[in-house]
Amino acid sequence: MGMTMTQKILAAHAGLESVVPGQLIEAETDIVLGNDVTSPVAIRVFEEIGKKEVFDSSKVVIVPDHFAPNKDIQSAEQCRKCRVFAKEKGIENYFELGEMGIEHALLPEKGLVTAGDLIIGADSHTCTYGALGAFSTGVGSTDMAAAMALGKCWFKVPSAILFRLHGKLQPYVTGKDLILHIIGKIGVDGALYKSMEFSGDGVASLTIDDRFTVANMAIEAGAKNGIFPVDEVTMEYIQAHSKKPFRVFEADDDAVYDQVFDIDLDSIKQTVAFPHLPENTHTVDDIPEIPIDQVVIGSCTNGRIQDLRQAAEILKGRRVKKGVRLIVFPATQAIYLQAIREGLIQTFVEAGGAVSTPTCGPCLGGHMGILAAGERALATTNRNFVGRMGHPDSEVYLASPYVAAAGAVLGRIAGTEEVLK
Amino acid sequence: MNVKGTVFKYGDNVDTDVIIPARYLNTSDPRALAAHCMEDIDTEFVKKVQKGDLIVGGKNFGCGSSREHAPIAIQASGVGCVIAESFARIFYRNAVNIGLPIIESPEAAADAESGDTVSVDFESGSIVNETKGKRYRVPPFPPFMTKIIEAGGLVASLHGREEQQ
Repeated sequence: MGMTMTQKILAAHAGLESVVPGQLIEAETDIVLGNDVTSPVAIRVFEEIGKKEVFDSSKVVIVPDHFAPNKDIQSAEQCRKCRVFAKEKGIENYFELGEMGIEHALLPEKGLVTAGDLIIGADSHTCTYGALGAFSTGVGSTDMAAAMALGKCWFKVPSAILFRLHGKLQPYVTGKDLILHIIGKIGVDGALYKSMEFSGDGVASLTIDDRFTVANMAIEAGAKNGIFPVDEVTMEYIQAHSKKPFRVFEADDDAVYDQVFDIDLDSIKQTVAFPHLPENTHTVDDIPEIPIDQVVIGSCTNGRIQDLRQAAEILKGRRVKKGVRLIVFPATQAIYLQAIREGLIQTFVEAGGAVSTPTCGPCLGGHMGILAAGERALATTNRNFVGRMGHPDSEVYLASPYVAAAGAVLGRIAGTEEVLK
Repeated sequence: MNVKGTVFKYGDNVDTDVIIPARYLNTSDPRALAAHCMEDIDTEFVKKVQKGDLIVGGKNFGCGSSREHAPIAIQASGVGCVIAESFARIFYRNAVNIGLPIIESPEAAADAESGDTVSVDFESGSIVNETKGKRYRVPPFPPFMTKIIEAGGLVASLHGREEQQ
């Protein structure tokens, strides 16, 4: 039986010729990742395990990004726990404030993850690296601790859903619209326990940042991972960022999929997910009058340079509507600096936006942009669950950077067409 | 190994943000987390929950974040078992790893209502809804899982194994 791309990567890391869906395997991890929320628990478990050293200090990555810069004394203690552990264990890939970024933007940028890798992270959006042709998935703190100790993790080999992409996205339509469209189609548990594999002639037209956004939100359909084939776009990114050896895996021609969807990229419209699930999608031509209080542009989903360029294109020479709060947070220091060089930050500030240092803060309702009861945000983030960005009676609408920026100008949710006309 | 208690019933897609909101994740202390368990969908939960009670959900229970704090909060609040139609995969792994018993049973999950008295026998694989007078068969926990749960988590069970050898 032919294997999917994911199955091939898992087999290779388990030292097996082949694997089948449902098989339990133990596989070697190339990178084990944690943040300031999940690492303290993992460190506690690691200490219970009783091993003195991590399996490979160059393969453990710790990024304080959720409550960093330290939100309060408790989060300062959590970040300190990460810092002390990293120092004790000689973990070179610990990224302190000033060089850190949101983990899933930072690891690819630093070249720590590459094609063919097997990556686990104690953060659900670890699936982002599938954009580079890697197998990557989120786990909890105990799994992170065990992998830090052993360099291994057990997996149940997933079956897969194939998304064959055709054609090309229209102008002002992005990877975010594509993944929201897909989640709207299959639901928040549509890919539960499975891989989402992407293929087809349409892949070539997606930028690497589009692919990061799509793979990032695979978890919002319940998937174990999302993965793209490696092509010229991937290779260009990898060669610019990573010196690590990489391996290109391809799905077999006779690979078996549970379901196959053909998606015509030309037909995708700007899409918004309404509260309180990412599957509640509407295209912008089908949206009633919804006034907004806050717009958030950034996160591991949409805080990369392409996202900031798109938001700035809409905001250039325009003003944020009075009464609306716009918060922009570039995902890494390098992206921040690039945005300064390109004048994007100036555009945001001139438009009346607030620009923040990299942090996960507002996306998870941690800090730096919390909503009051009854308030409504339009955000480029990934989740719109009850209370996600603050008060349980607040609301989050998910959209692309283009649509979010248009919303900031109009003070309500609408497509970019209304702003650009 | 058995549990018996009162059901707290919730719907589909109970996410980790409502199980334990991120605003409380600046600590990993189980008791501090338990104090806010389910807060954003059920403010009464922490006031009412007793040791051995059960949470019952619909499909995709525990979706969202990878935070192990979610099953930790449920476990520390005294809940003895979570039954759902289906679980999100990271939550499933995390629950097993910390020794919180969870069972997929679409039938038992669909029938149960808040306030029902339900008992579970993990080794024989049966769920009994005493209020409704209904019994459900589920696959019994394999011995390794019973060991993890009895030891209070994966790591503790591994230590137990070493001591026996």
